[in-house]
Amino acid sequence: MLHLRELKKTFRQPDGTELHVLDIADYHVGAGEQVVMVGESGCGKTTLLHVIAGISRPDSGKVRVDDWEITLMPEAECDCFRAERIGYVFQTFNLLPGFTALENVLLSMRFSRRRLDKHRARQLLTRVGLSHRMTHRPTMLSVGEQQRVAVARALANKPKLLLADEPTANVDAGNQQHILDLIRETCKEENVALIMVTHSQEVAKQFSRIDRLQEFNRAAVHQ
Amino acid sequence: MSLWKIAWRSIQQRAFVSGLTALSMGLGVALVVSVLVVYGVVAQSFHRGGEGYDLIIGAKGGKEQLVLNTVFYLSEPVGNIPYSLYEDLTDGKLAPYVDLAIPVCMGHSYQGFRVVGTVPEMFTELKYRGDQSYEFGQTADGRPGGGKGENFKSENPFDAVMGSTAAVRTHLQVGEEFQAVHGSGEGGHVHQQRFHVVGVLAPTGTPVDRAIFVNMKGFFEIHGMEGTAAHKEHAGAHEGHGVHDEHDEEAKQITAILVCCKQPNPSRFADVVAGVINKGPTAQAVQPIRVIADLFEGIVGKLEWVLLGMAVLTVIVAGISIMVSIYNSMSDRRHEIAVMRALGARRVTVMVIILLESILLSLLGGGLGLLLGHGMIGACSSVIVNWTGVDIGLLQFQKIELFLVPGLLLLASAVGYLPALAAYRTDVAQSLTNTP
Ligand SMILES: Nc1ncnc2c1ncn2[C@@H]1O[C@H](COP(=O)(O)OP(=O)(O)O)[C@@H](O)[C@H]1O
Ligand SMILES: [Mg+2]
Repeated sequence: MLHLRELKKTFRQPDGTELHVLDIADYHVGAGEQVVMVGESGCGKTTLLHVIAGISRPDSGKVRVDDWEITLMPEAECDCFRAERIGYVFQTFNLLPGFTALENVLLSMRFSRRRLDKHRARQLLTRVGLSHRMTHRPTMLSVGEQQRVAVARALANKPKLLLADEPTANVDAGNQQHILDLIRETCKEENVALIMVTHSQEVAKQFSRIDRLQEFNRAAVHQ
Repeated sequence: MSLWKIAWRSIQQRAFVSGLTALSMGLGVALVVSVLVVYGVVAQSFHRGGEGYDLIIGAKGGKEQLVLNTVFYLSEPVGNIPYSLYEDLTDGKLAPYVDLAIPVCMGHSYQGFRVVGTVPEMFTELKYRGDQSYEFGQTADGRPGGGKGENFKSENPFDAVMGSTAAVRTHLQVGEEFQAVHGSGEGGHVHQQRFHVVGVLAPTGTPVDRAIFVNMKGFFEIHGMEGTAAHKEHAGAHEGHGVHDEHDEEAKQITAILVCCKQPNPSRFADVVAGVINKGPTAQAVQPIRVIADLFEGIVGKLEWVLLGMAVLTVIVAGISIMVSIYNSMSDRRHEIAVMRALGARRVTVMVIILLESILLSLLGGGLGLLLGHGMIGACSSVIVNWTGVDIGLLQFQKIELFLVPGLLLLASAVGYLPALAAYRTDVAQSLTNTP
């Protein structure tokens, strides 16, 4: 489903030197598979997710999702592809503050080429336990609730792949397990492949496949 | 969830600042609207004076002076023309072209208001503002116009009719009397003969409101007496009125003649009459509408552009304030824009959202300005009616206002462009990492 080959990403730092962040020879995630990715802070996990989602472009190499070679797509097409095939859950939720929970989910649909499906948006919010919070603005929701809206939003367009970047790190301890279960269960229900980045051993040990970025990222060795 | 709604939400999010910028745009637009309407009112009240007849015939000389004098009752009196010219129009060779000719005589005043000698047909046959009839008592649409009494009669030489403003200012009412003064100032010679007010005209919104009308016969008679008084020594021959009248008939002079030409083609007939008159040695004929249009263009025409230019500048300044407000918000919103991009929004989409926001703010301000402008004018309309007689309804739009919406759209796109470009260029990965 997801296939990375000879992927390289370098940042130019303010002092002019180059920072090699990613150098991945080969990486694969199957359809519907759930993977947890761990690694030291600064080893390139977020950068990797950005590259997979097409938010950043790699310097070289290939990112393939299903049969789509997103590194070859023009930017606008890549944006559409991201809207339709890839869900993203952020560490800091990143709900849009001006919109209600329901509108945040609908917004994500708006950016894809599909039709707005209010029914599905409501269904998803009900699934994450927020049927009574649909018209609330993010500021009126607890952090746990905000992240649940974010999960519903990420799944709005029936993606093939969900990227979750430390989704429980900013959630209070009592809600962490709940969010984690929710993401894993909904991904399973919708047959969405999941790559979840985490720092937490607690979280990581619940996955059957644990990928340590430093082990397959050749760039990390030089840090 | 349309892009409009997304833009609207971001306006709502910063309701206070958005409200202020929309208000500043509103004030600018209100200014434009008031300038347009006020200018329209001035133009209308100015042009209106010359409507109702096709030609003015008066002594040779400046066209403008003749019009100012006979239409607006302003400026120095012009010379006179022989009464026989009037007869030419009513019974002579020009009669086939002429539907109506109204003689007017000037040279007297009362408390600063012109006393005009004329015939009763001035108020029965002549129309004003195209098709409106003069009213004593109620106006045609049933409004109490303040008019009272009735028109003066041809057989009563010393009857007078007051224009509505003149009546109010001089406090002369039906049944009261006044003495006309020679000339237009205060210091002139006061005639002994008293005129008797028989009617007060309903307001017309034309210069007629600011004049007093008397029977032309009486007008001639006070002149006759004048003559008698001044030349008593060698005018002793006058014995009876009959002889006196005979004598006056020859020397009778009038100031001007207002002429309506016959259907079906009054303007062509007017050209014919004007041609004949202008070839003659004694008088000139002018088309008041044309002269007034030229006068207006010369006096206030340029002013419109100056006022409009200033008002448009205000709108542009308001537009820039919209740009500043959106641009300032961009630093907070770079993150939001990055989130939208991460959700799959294209660069162009986020750019359009910002442009729509600018357009919404401008249109909102524009709508507010229209309401404010017309509301303001509507609130002042009774004062304006009193001053100028021009009745501007709350919703009397000027044609130029149609350009307001496309103009605002253009302005909004121009001022929205810079912040929209900033949205377009947002570095998604970097802005996502810099959590606010
Ligand atoms: N836009 C950027 N420009 C320069 N350096 C960057 C940029 N984004 C990330 N980095 C650097 O790349 C490295 C990897 O960052 P990141 O992927 O966020 O790490 P992680 O998510 O694993 O903590 C870090 O050293 C970080 O400072
Ligand atoms: Mg990270």
